[in-house]
Amino acid sequence: MATSSALVMGAVAYDPKVVTIWDGFQKYFGARGLAFDYVLFSNYEKQVEAHVLGQIHVAWNSPLAWLEAERVANRLGRRAEAICMRDTDIDLTSVAVVRSESMIRSTGDLKGKTVAVGASDSPQAKLIPLNFLAECGLTPERDFRVLVFDKLVGKHGDHIGGERDAVRALLRGEADAACVLDRNHPAFVREGTIPSGATRILAQTPVFDHCNFTILDDAPGQQIAQFRDLLLSMSYADAEVRPLFDLEGLKRWVPGRTQGYAQLSAALNRFGTIDAFVDNLAPRCK
Amino acid sequence: MQIDVDLGSLGFSDGGHLLVKRALRTAGPGESITVAGTSPELEIDLRAWCRESGHTLRFEPKQPDRPAHAVVTNGGAETDRWSGAQRAGEADAGQPGAVVSHASRHWGLAARSATVEAGSPEFRFNLVDKIEVWSDDAARLYAQAVAAQWDPKTAIPWDTPFDLDDDVEDAVVQIMTYLIENETAALIVPSRFIAQLHPHFREVMQLLAVQAADEARHIEVFTRRGLLKRKQLGRSTSGGQASLKTLVDESEFAIASFLLSVLGEGTFLSLLWFIERYAPDPVTAAVARLAAQDEGRHVAFGIAHLTQHLNNDPSYRPRLADAVQRRHDALQHTAGLNAEVFDALVLIAAGSWQPQDLRKGHQRVMELTREMDEGRQKRLRRLGFDEAEAVELSSLHTRNFM
Ligand SMILES: [Fe+2]
Ligand SMILES: [Fe+2]
Repeated sequence: MATSSALVMGAVAYDPKVVTIWDGFQKYFGARGLAFDYVLFSNYEKQVEAHVLGQIHVAWNSPLAWLEAERVANRLGRRAEAICMRDTDIDLTSVAVVRSESMIRSTGDLKGKTVAVGASDSPQAKLIPLNFLAECGLTPERDFRVLVFDKLVGKHGDHIGGERDAVRALLRGEADAACVLDRNHPAFVREGTIPSGATRILAQTPVFDHCNFTILDDAPGQQIAQFRDLLLSMSYADAEVRPLFDLEGLKRWVPGRTQGYAQLSAALNRFGTIDAFVDNLAPRCK
Repeated sequence: MQIDVDLGSLGFSDGGHLLVKRALRTAGPGESITVAGTSPELEIDLRAWCRESGHTLRFEPKQPDRPAHAVVTNGGAETDRWSGAQRAGEADAGQPGAVVSHASRHWGLAARSATVEAGSPEFRFNLVDKIEVWSDDAARLYAQAVAAQWDPKTAIPWDTPFDLDDDVEDAVVQIMTYLIENETAALIVPSRFIAQLHPHFREVMQLLAVQAADEARHIEVFTRRGLLKRKQLGRSTSGGQASLKTLVDESEFAIASFLLSVLGEGTFLSLLWFIERYAPDPVTAAVARLAAQDEGRHVAFGIAHLTQHLNNDPSYRPRLADAVQRRHDALQHTAGLNAEVFDALVLIAAGSWQPQDLRKGHQRVMELTREMDEGRQKRLRRLGFDEAEAVELSSLHTRNFM
């Protein structure tokens, strides 16, 4: 465990604004009696490893990183817990979109077609939608071709670029469908990537959850409790907090929950996405 | 059952969100509205939007007595965002309290009377106190200045043929050379303060901007007259530039305005009218006249805001007097007015090289400096300096005129 008295959080630097966000939170927590520091990683796998090795106390994890941490912890007979998340991490969906004039009317019509997806490790733009299509009876790479748009692998699709590229491929006719997070579809229309009316939603996944603050069973209880209480008491009405919330994309923090990771977990089981990672890391953390 | 927002076939992202937002705003934080519509993507877009906006959402299936619809509960983020917002004064500067005595740096660039979100970034404006910058006359002077803008291309008879003796043309070129560097100081000084002035004092900002534009035009027409018959301009002396540098370096707005507008441009008014009167050609007369008309406004604003400043804080008057003294001390070992300029003024006032004309020209320039001195004294008295102080301070004013 980190020896300094500060509570140390890990986060992945998927964008320079991450520094602004966590510097701001550090100041906010410090002013309220919680010594807090953060470490930035360039990828979630390194963050999970540091967490399991006790180099950080809490990790701001993508849903995929959460499952990586949980599975490694389980393998070691330890326990992971999701203590807090954003209101915007609750009940997301992804959609498969097609060109408006396309003859594709149902997921079954995707047979033999090409589906563009985001980064190879993106839960919302690849793993969950492909699992969803598999549950509709279409096995990826057997029943349809998958066109992956990797942007910043290791960052678990936090960067929107992969989804934008997938949509562009759809519009260019290189793909017959594209998988994106629900909110990104209208956002791509607003920013002009998708001409208004050029696409139509073919299908929507069931709801799933996104990021969470993850702790392991050796986390310093009192500091974690204080950290969580401070998060939950932050208000969007507070002018000091609001710009940070706007950058991080939330209106309030909510208690963590893990039932929203079932689809992703099923996807990982189906595709074996993180098996090698877990197999490799767990023995090194004994 | 009544549905609050029935979008019909209107897509949520195609404008439907405006109707939903309006209904939520009307309902207020914590209150719910019902939304229905037939657009195929309504449910998906509404869900994503509610999540991002902090509203909660529930879908109700179709029942015998009501259509399928969504229940959206206002999460209050919009109200939260504007809690603690501030009104940046009031629009009409004529109303009491509309222009505040100390403008918040957090108001930044927001227009007066706009509602400014709490936590807006602090701008590094130096001039935030009304007493330092404000004049109730600023709006009127600004309107006057805008109405009085002239077009150098058409306002000046550039094409009128004339032919001067080389010596006289040289004298005019030297005077223009001198005027240009003075006008440049007069452009730079207000421009620097525009960037430091809190935009809450909008009318002052606008007036300074149009003043800078006036100076840009003066620079243009003096340059054009200087180069009308010549390939290059005349001489620039270190003494002249040293005098102007003290103006450019002055960091306090009220003092800079006092030295530049009240004393400098005030003195220049006499000079420009003098050049107009004795101009050997119609172009020189026109450029001097048009510039002099503009300078009158520059002087008027300097006097107006300093009068208001001193009425509010009479103890500031000695600081102004000090500034004149300091500038005098700083310049006492410099040459003062460029001798070529002085000679050029004498020559154009003489109109010829005849000794009796030169004597007359010299007398006229002496009268000019007396007239300048009287003008300065008069303006100093208007600012509340007594007779003796006015005489003393006027005599200490730079020999470079500006
Ligand atoms: Fe001027
Ligand atoms: Fe001027």
